[in-house]
Amino acid sequence: MAERAVPWVEKYRPRTVTDVAHQTEVVDTLRKAVETRNLPHLIFYGPPGTGKTSTILACARDLYGSDFKKRVLELNASDERGISIVRNKIKSFAMVAVNAKTNAEGQSIPPYKLIVLDEADSMTTDAQSALRRTMETYCRITRFCIICNYVSRLIPPITSRCAKFHFKPLPKQATLDRLKMIAAAEGVGCSDRVFALIEEQSEGDMRKAIQMMQSLHRLAMDGEIAEQAVLDISGAVPAETVRALIAGCQQPNAFKQIQAEVDALLLQGYPAGQLLAQLSGEVVSSATLPDVAKGVISKGLAEADKHLVDGANEYLQLLNVFAIICRSAAPAAA
Amino acid sequence: MDQLDYHMELSQSLKAMVNRGDFPHILFYGPSGAGKKTRVLALLRDIYGPAVEKVKVEHKQFKVGSTTVEIPILSSAHHLELNPGDAGNRDRDVVQELIKEIAASAPLPTSSSGDTSDWKPFKVVVLNEVDNLSKEAQHALRRTMEKYITTCRIMMTCNNACRVIAPIRSRCLCVRVAAPSAAQIAAVLQATARKEAVTLPPLLAEKLAAQAHGNLRKALLTLEAARVAQYPFDPKGEVRQADWEAFIDGVAADCVREQSPRKLGEVRNKLYDLLAHCIPPDMIMERLTRALLVKLKHDPPLLQMEVLHHAALYEVRMISGSKAIFHLEAFIAKFMAVYKRHLFTSFGG
Repeated sequence: MAERAVPWVEKYRPRTVTDVAHQTEVVDTLRKAVETRNLPHLIFYGPPGTGKTSTILACARDLYGSDFKKRVLELNASDERGISIVRNKIKSFAMVAVNAKTNAEGQSIPPYKLIVLDEADSMTTDAQSALRRTMETYCRITRFCIICNYVSRLIPPITSRCAKFHFKPLPKQATLDRLKMIAAAEGVGCSDRVFALIEEQSEGDMRKAIQMMQSLHRLAMDGEIAEQAVLDISGAVPAETVRALIAGCQQPNAFKQIQAEVDALLLQGYPAGQLLAQLSGEVVSSATLPDVAKGVISKGLAEADKHLVDGANEYLQLLNVFAIICRSAAPAAA
Repeated sequence: MDQLDYHMELSQSLKAMVNRGDFPHILFYGPSGAGKKTRVLALLRDIYGPAVEKVKVEHKQFKVGSTTVEIPILSSAHHLELNPGDAGNRDRDVVQELIKEIAASAPLPTSSSGDTSDWKPFKVVVLNEVDNLSKEAQHALRRTMEKYITTCRIMMTCNNACRVIAPIRSRCLCVRVAAPSAAQIAAVLQATARKEAVTLPPLLAEKLAAQAHGNLRKALLTLEAARVAQYPFDPKGEVRQADWEAFIDGVAADCVREQSPRKLGEVRNKLYDLLAHCIPPDMIMERLTRALLVKLKHDPPLLQMEVLHHAALYEVRMISGSKAIFHLEAFIAKFMAVYKRHLFTSFGG
């Protein structure tokens, strides 16, 4: 049994900026910043698992070395971040002047502190407004790095004060390379086909890919990972099932049968949102549906998705979507 | 873990994973009554041994600003289980204060039996119904899950995986627990009946299983109720439906029989009755729609689709609104209008 069990996601977090997979644009800029010791306020945004938190932590480690703990304040959504915290904790940390030019090992470190606001989407507008002036007043001695999934959730005065970096979903090759690197280090038995499947299911989310590989490795009892296991664990509805459903909708009088199939699908425990996403993919790339039908169906899918997020009943929403598909697909088949 | 009746393959893999001493955060999702919670408990037993069964309930209070939040917690020496949704609007505070505090402290290597062989360097927090957590609370969980993974593993259960935000899902091993098939339920019912020394005619078992609609808990409860009602079982006996289901079917029948403002008034009283008996409005809506679709099965599919469209629409409004009765009634009124128009056009009168 492993003494200190660290998940691979943490174990293989990049230690330096250069280690960060892909994201060349960001990495280049940051590397220059680390060399010149001149860092602007930063905003990192992008989908989950693309390396936002990893990058800034690695960058801070490069900048400060062993003084990392003293110079960096990391606040994430698990910390209270109401307006009072911005006014007190953040401001008082930002106010403190630093003058040590070197850390314990004699490495020269820049004359400012770093405040990392992770998961900033969940900060209230009031709290963000309170940040504005703080960012400007103390910018000589403090730099901010704001991390969020959607840059639109931040108020414009904040975004205009920062350099924005978009983290893109990782391209296929970058994920594959990293997965193979980890697999080699941990002794995972994995065929190229399985690597490709994991990559496909992760949708550019590196954390998901690594997490998935580790889970699969465990489930396979350190043996060779089977392709079927990947599909089982990803929670995706089998592609054939989705295709069969759409084809079924194009038959005349399909509606009754569809009702039974939707019921069965939900009993299988597939999340309706997942099904919608896959349906959308199939519908858009479908060769048999006319463009107008595709438009109508996509609109239905979008509405259903929104309703599901609002907490609507899965059965009703899903059935409604299939009703829409039936209605718009049937004339084409006739 | 070995005593679970179905999804053997899944159980085996999970067991194998846990026995290696380490596992990631796990999210179990699937329809209700499929056995998610049972799996969590079985896993815990596999990890820590029988000590997890000695649980105590405490009401933990903690202060947030000027208000105090109280939440019931089930805990044993190794794990602790809570339902963050209980805190209502304050669920974010529960996650920020309580879970973080629990997660941040490592368990001490002392076991009540003095035997440290089953000691693990982490504890497990079981969170039920995470899909009812607010978005803020889920965001608050993200970094906690990563930071303290060495000292704390989180096992979550939920019905609807899409209501769990993507960043959480990407940090977990997501395990889908499908509902058991009717045959599997029937088998479990038989096994239970044998243990309780009750003879259960196979036909009845099948009926019970079919009616439970994949919900094992419901099937077992119905079996128990049926036993109290009449024993020995009548092999050809009908399975009694739950009162509220029969009642809603009645409402549906009313709507199809007559469409008039007077009938609407009557139906309204019935709906009030249902709500007064604490039947959740979304269950009423789903059941009602199913019942109506059954009644309409000989009508043209276009009519069914229209009804369904309205059902989906009013259900969403019901969820986002606060007074369920308005929306239920609006749906009934809409249905009556649609159905009446259909009758007029199809019979030309």
